[in-house]
Amino acid sequence: MILQPYDMEVGAGTFHPATTLRALGPKPWRAAYVQPSRRPKDGRYGENPNRLQHYYQFQVILKPNPPDLQKLYLASLAQIGIDMGIHDVRFVEDDWESPTLGAWGLGWECWCDGMEVSQFTYFQQVAGFECAPVAGELTYGLERLAMYVQGVENVYDLNFNGLEGADRISYGDVFLQAEQEYSRHNFEHADTGMLFKQFEMAESACHSYLAAGQAGDKHLMALPAYDQCIKASHVFNLLDARGVISVTERQGYILRVRELAKACGTAYLQTRDGGR
Amino acid sequence: MPDLLLELFSEEIPARMQGKAAEDLRKGITDGLVAAGLTYDSAKAFATPRRLALVVGGLPLSSPDQREEKKGPRVGAPDAAIQGFLKSAGLTSIDQATIQSDGKKGEVYIALINRPGRATVDILSELIPNVIRSFPWPKSMRWGSASVSSSSLRWVRPLTSILCTFGPETEATEIVPLDVDGIVSGNITYGHRFMAPQPIMVSRYEDYVDKLLKAKVVLDAERRKAIILAEARTLCTAQNLEFIDDEGLAQEVAGLVEWPVVLMGRFDEAFLTIPGEVIRATIRANQKCFVVRQPDTGALANRFMLTANIEASDHGAAIIGGNERVVRARLSDARHFWQTDLGALPDAGDYAQEAAALGLDLAKSLDQRMGKLAHLNVVFHQKLGTQGERVQRIVALARQLAPLVGADPDLAARAASLAKADLTSEMVGEFPELQGLIGRRYAELQGEHPSVCAAIEDHYKPLGPGDRVPSDPVAITVALADKLDTLVGFWAIDEKPTGSKDPYALRRAALGVIRLVVENGIHLRLTDAVPRFGEDLLSFFYDRLKVQLRDSGARHDLVDAVLGAGGASDDLLLIVRRVEALAAFLKSDDGTNLLAGYKRAANILKAEEKKDGTTFDGVVDEALIAARGAPEEQALAAAIAVARQAVSDKITAGNYAGAPTALAALRPAVDAFFEKILVNDPDPAIRASRLNLLARFRAATLPVADFGLIAG
Repeated sequence: MILQPYDMEVGAGTFHPATTLRALGPKPWRAAYVQPSRRPKDGRYGENPNRLQHYYQFQVILKPNPPDLQKLYLASLAQIGIDMGIHDVRFVEDDWESPTLGAWGLGWECWCDGMEVSQFTYFQQVAGFECAPVAGELTYGLERLAMYVQGVENVYDLNFNGLEGADRISYGDVFLQAEQEYSRHNFEHADTGMLFKQFEMAESACHSYLAAGQAGDKHLMALPAYDQCIKASHVFNLLDARGVISVTERQGYILRVRELAKACGTAYLQTRDGGR
Repeated sequence: MPDLLLELFSEEIPARMQGKAAEDLRKGITDGLVAAGLTYDSAKAFATPRRLALVVGGLPLSSPDQREEKKGPRVGAPDAAIQGFLKSAGLTSIDQATIQSDGKKGEVYIALINRPGRATVDILSELIPNVIRSFPWPKSMRWGSASVSSSSLRWVRPLTSILCTFGPETEATEIVPLDVDGIVSGNITYGHRFMAPQPIMVSRYEDYVDKLLKAKVVLDAERRKAIILAEARTLCTAQNLEFIDDEGLAQEVAGLVEWPVVLMGRFDEAFLTIPGEVIRATIRANQKCFVVRQPDTGALANRFMLTANIEASDHGAAIIGGNERVVRARLSDARHFWQTDLGALPDAGDYAQEAAALGLDLAKSLDQRMGKLAHLNVVFHQKLGTQGERVQRIVALARQLAPLVGADPDLAARAASLAKADLTSEMVGEFPELQGLIGRRYAELQGEHPSVCAAIEDHYKPLGPGDRVPSDPVAITVALADKLDTLVGFWAIDEKPTGSKDPYALRRAALGVIRLVVENGIHLRLTDAVPRFGEDLLSFFYDRLKVQLRDSGARHDLVDAVLGAGGASDDLLLIVRRVEALAAFLKSDDGTNLLAGYKRAANILKAEEKKDGTTFDGVVDEALIAARGAPEEQALAAAIAVARQAVSDKITAGNYAGAPTALAALRPAVDAFFEKILVNDPDPAIRASRLNLLARFRAATLPVADFGLIAG
């Protein structure tokens, strides 16, 4: 099933409820979608050829993971033009962990000629709950892969519309200004007073929606509560980029987001889609 | 004799786990075989990224018959005891047991249990699944539809097939039937993922190794490593370059490929302005590639060696191109960090207060980084304050220690104030393992004194027993100040190492202090020189000193003997020198005999003091000895007086190490005394005088060592 991106600011495709929440509970689930992702700290004012504070992930989630997931993944690379007869594709250990989501899994970063082009993870735990069954997650870095396929050194030189000459539009034409502006915003000007308040507001809204949605052993409002968890997570990332959270406080904020994620997971397991 | 071949085929096993996993497989299976009463000639295990394999040679077809007598309860014991016995012995009725007489208990039941040997194949069918289910992976996972149950099979990554054959060398083998959570054993394996993915039928080990090799899989990791190193050297030699050996990396790369193909890549020479250590760190850690140097200058060359897992149809052109692109991006990043670190920080103006406290010159980039570290209020430890406060303490301590070490106090303070500055550099943020070295490079570029630069890099040293000990006085001073501040701090908040727990590496820090003072010949009175250095911390140092001496093959048991003698007990170098001198003395004839004489005297005194209920204090009746003493007695009294003076002179002169030899002069007199004199003379006055003479001898040795604490 092909889904659309989630319409909120997230750090990675994993945050989409179609992955985080659907990985919970016993019901089978197979979905794929593109997810624009924001990592405020990775901004480089448009000056680094590889790092972006806003980029695209293609996310695949298969629950339970099919036995031939590695083969399917390799076939997907072949499909976009990577010839395994001349390229060196490798599965290199990379255990994935998201402290804010209370999630971890085992898998690899997938290398093509020494470049990491995807993440491959077997989810073992999400929102503090053991995955039963385990879901397989594939995350493709779209800019990286496009650079590979197009043979481009600098992300801003990617051909964005496939046309040439006067009609050609590059990745830079579309995103360079945004990278510059958001880097200024993320590192220098984001309103920290407002962000601290927003964090508190999202946190308390999450708790109150969770309380309001509880109906006996059922839960009726897990998804709206989870939105607030996503919100808190992104606000935290912005505060972190602004450098206003000390090392000791940092751990405290991560734990608070994780508590929200866990509470949302608990609620989702009592919903129709998340339950038995 | 038949052989067993087992292969556990899975998705990619992390390189760092492969070696231990192969060994765990060998141990798990062979221990199980032995426990089942089977013998074997040989066992060897292998690992590649996708398989663990084991061959066990020379197994019998079945285990031997066993006969066991099991003793039960006495006749007439309560029914519960009888029933328990029947159950454990596998009997259905007590009539099946025989009755024997047992001396203490009377008549008891005995079950004669005959255990017929079992077919080896049956034993294997039971054993192997158990070994797989309880395999000690450091991290394992569940997968697939079976993972609905949280008790489903766990493996390091999904386990996909099992090959298991058993049979004699010359005849057909059979498949050992196994069923591990639905994975059924067979005689099929698979070759290289891309070059030979088709199934391969295998009968036995030799066949397995040959067929895998044809299918582009080198089974033995050592062999793969040797191929990588040999190919890399050959390629380098052909280009008149020198390959830089890196055993650890070769090991890791051998765990990333089944069919190693070494290729050479290049990068722009302009990147060689970045320090070589940084180039190596980024190429090594991120790309698992080797670096190469110019044979004449030893400088890094703009090449790197990569290990691919396939023989590409374009001879590696695309693979080299792709790797070069990644290396270029990585080095661009590194150069960016390098240049950023050399530039000014935008907020440097805010660090004036921190700069004043630490004596920093905010016009310089490394000083700004230290200002930033202090300004950020990064916590070092909750109860020990921030990094900035810690650096202030180290600066003060370094200034205090400098004259004792023979270093310039200003240079030591300057080095201490910059030693941690690189922690806020972009470069160390990216390559934490380069801390210290990066600070040194930046210090050199901003024109710091060479000793300051060396101290910034070396103040973390020595990091372990094999690590280099700094020798520049400024570096020694800062290294000592850093470690002593840590130790004194954690002692003050009562966070000491316990058992195997030493989260702040305090044992390593203490060992570092010991090596710094001993190997550089520095006399440092720790309790005087270091504020808040208490008795408890000192005894921790004694323990580490004993461990250190034991590990270096010296006589650690002499530490207590030397400490028991008094003298400066917080000068570690002095303690070591005294231990060495004492050890040398005890190895000599004089020393051995003197020790024997001491023990004899001490034993006599102990016995007689116990008998008399008194202590002989060594107050000798000189007049009595002069008037009625035997010549040997008089000679000993005189010799003791001479030796006491000699020892005292040495010690007054600070020559503790020379003191034991001063005792050597006592030996003939002591030997003669024990040969000729009967201590327990019938005359109580003479007896007391002689015992006091022995007590005086005992006391005379004490400034050198407490000989009573010396073993042997």
